[in-house]
Amino acid sequence: MPIRLSLYFFIGLMSLFILGPLLWLAVHAFATNWTYPNLLPDSLTFHWWSKVFLDSALGTAIKNSLIISPIVVLLSMVICLPAAYAAGRLNYFGRKTFLIGMFAANSFPKIGLFAAIATLYYALNLMGTFVGVVIIQLLGTIIYMTWIPAAAFAAIPRNLEEAARDAGASKIRTFFTITLRLAMPGILVAIVMSFLASFDEAQGSYLVGAPSIYTMPTEMYSLVQNYPIQVAAVFSLLLAFPSVLLIGIARKHIIGGQLAEGFQIK
Amino acid sequence: MTTPNSEGLILHGLSKVLGGRTIIDNLDLTVHKGEMVSLLGPSGCGKTTTLRMIAGFLIPDQGHITIAGKDVTDLGPEKRPSAMVFQNYALWPHMSVFKNVAYPLKVRKLASAEIERRVHEALELVNLMHHKDSRPSQISGGEQQRVALARALVQEPDILLLDEPLSNLDAKLRVKVREDIRELQRRLNITTVIVTHDQDEALSISDRIAVMSAGKIEQFTTPQELYDRPATEYVANFIGSLNRVEGSYNGGLIGAGTDAIGIRPEDVFFSHNEIPGGHRATVELVVPRGHFYEVYLKRDDVALRAFLSSEIPKHGDIGYVRINKALIYQDGHLVRSA
Repeated sequence: MPIRLSLYFFIGLMSLFILGPLLWLAVHAFATNWTYPNLLPDSLTFHWWSKVFLDSALGTAIKNSLIISPIVVLLSMVICLPAAYAAGRLNYFGRKTFLIGMFAANSFPKIGLFAAIATLYYALNLMGTFVGVVIIQLLGTIIYMTWIPAAAFAAIPRNLEEAARDAGASKIRTFFTITLRLAMPGILVAIVMSFLASFDEAQGSYLVGAPSIYTMPTEMYSLVQNYPIQVAAVFSLLLAFPSVLLIGIARKHIIGGQLAEGFQIK
Repeated sequence: MTTPNSEGLILHGLSKVLGGRTIIDNLDLTVHKGEMVSLLGPSGCGKTTTLRMIAGFLIPDQGHITIAGKDVTDLGPEKRPSAMVFQNYALWPHMSVFKNVAYPLKVRKLASAEIERRVHEALELVNLMHHKDSRPSQISGGEQQRVALARALVQEPDILLLDEPLSNLDAKLRVKVREDIRELQRRLNITTVIVTHDQDEALSISDRIAVMSAGKIEQFTTPQELYDRPATEYVANFIGSLNRVEGSYNGGLIGAGTDAIGIRPEDVFFSHNEIPGGHRATVELVVPRGHFYEVYLKRDDVALRAFLSSEIPKHGDIGYVRINKALIYQDGHLVRSA
């Protein structure tokens, strides 16, 4: 019994630790004013929300984020999924080096990399452009969109594909109905991770995007300095919303369904 | 006996090199229509490679493959009139049993009513209608195997290929499934090639057995003939149990000589009473084997194993041995059996 009690206590503490700041944000987003030593905010309001949605700079940032991130994910899929398939299924010279190298490139502090990229961007006139921001965010998604699907492709037993060929399916049909279908849970995870990586990316996007292109995270910099704390709170909640939504969808599909079912039998 | 119409499968001069190693070496094999043939041999003998070449997963370096009178050597697996049951069944985990079996028909673009009818027929054939909506992960290994069989049969193939179909089943089930497969094969009169390393399986299920070694067929004949007259020492050792004695054989007696003499343990007769012209031997060990006893006998420096079911001796007994039948090999080849 004491073990169980202390477990509950621990879970409670962890919940507070994780949810506390979010709760604090949520309250602030609806509070006219909430200061020490008051336990409750003075009164509740939608004022900050309307302020965010009516402010043209903030609205543009939201719009930018919602346009850029899906584009980044789509481009990442187009570029990385074939590479993931190759890395997961084909046995070519330098395959391991390719995978490890990609990992190594991501293990350095990015800010140094961005400084070097900035030089390149000035030369190519990409500084402060939409395309520039897309490319910089794309870089951060590559590791997810390559490694996770590569593992998913590699985990598919070859004879599931052979069985399809034997049953009369062409190579292309086999790829779409068997291979891609079985790798889908892994690809879904990669999509979620890439979307979040792109959506959250601030360092590089700020460096190459400001002052002409702001996304939601880069807009936070000026928000925190120039607006009341409540506006930042509203903005933070908006930033968290896609993550929660995506993880909610992914949980249903990945944990509850295909992944669990797909890899049980050999 | 073989007319073009009765041809099930012809392998002609088949060779395959993989990774610099000759796996299949100029192999010939003819399987009649409706016949069930086993490819039997230890792992690495090339039996699976042969099967994969018949299915089209491997293209032979040399030689031709003809199925039902049609040369399929250069065709991909999807264009061949063959259907395979994989060792681990290879069912698609994201499809129901019904969809697994329906897949080959969907690929062939049959009408959905026709697909439904044929899938039901195939599932009834293997007694799995009650599981048609289950996922492969929800049914037992034996049932998965029947789904794989249904998925192969629904294609109405000219040849059915079975790759170690029983090796993932437990011993009891194995015998039952083996009989079911044989019964089904006979009823549908479908040409079948089965790969196995289990001699019991091969002997009990096949019309003919091809014993393979190092990429070649050592002997290709009926189970009975294979057991009674194994053409080489390799085959004799692989099929059933065998005593191997060096010497010369004459009228049930072993004398001095250089022939290799193979004696089946069931052809060794032991009696406590003197047998005219029999060898005197000592009983070294008696091992009960259920419906018979395995008895180790020794005479001078010759050791013999016998399977006895009556007049069981005890350890240390002395008696007489007569050999009822022996296989005599010179340079590994059968020269006579007596």
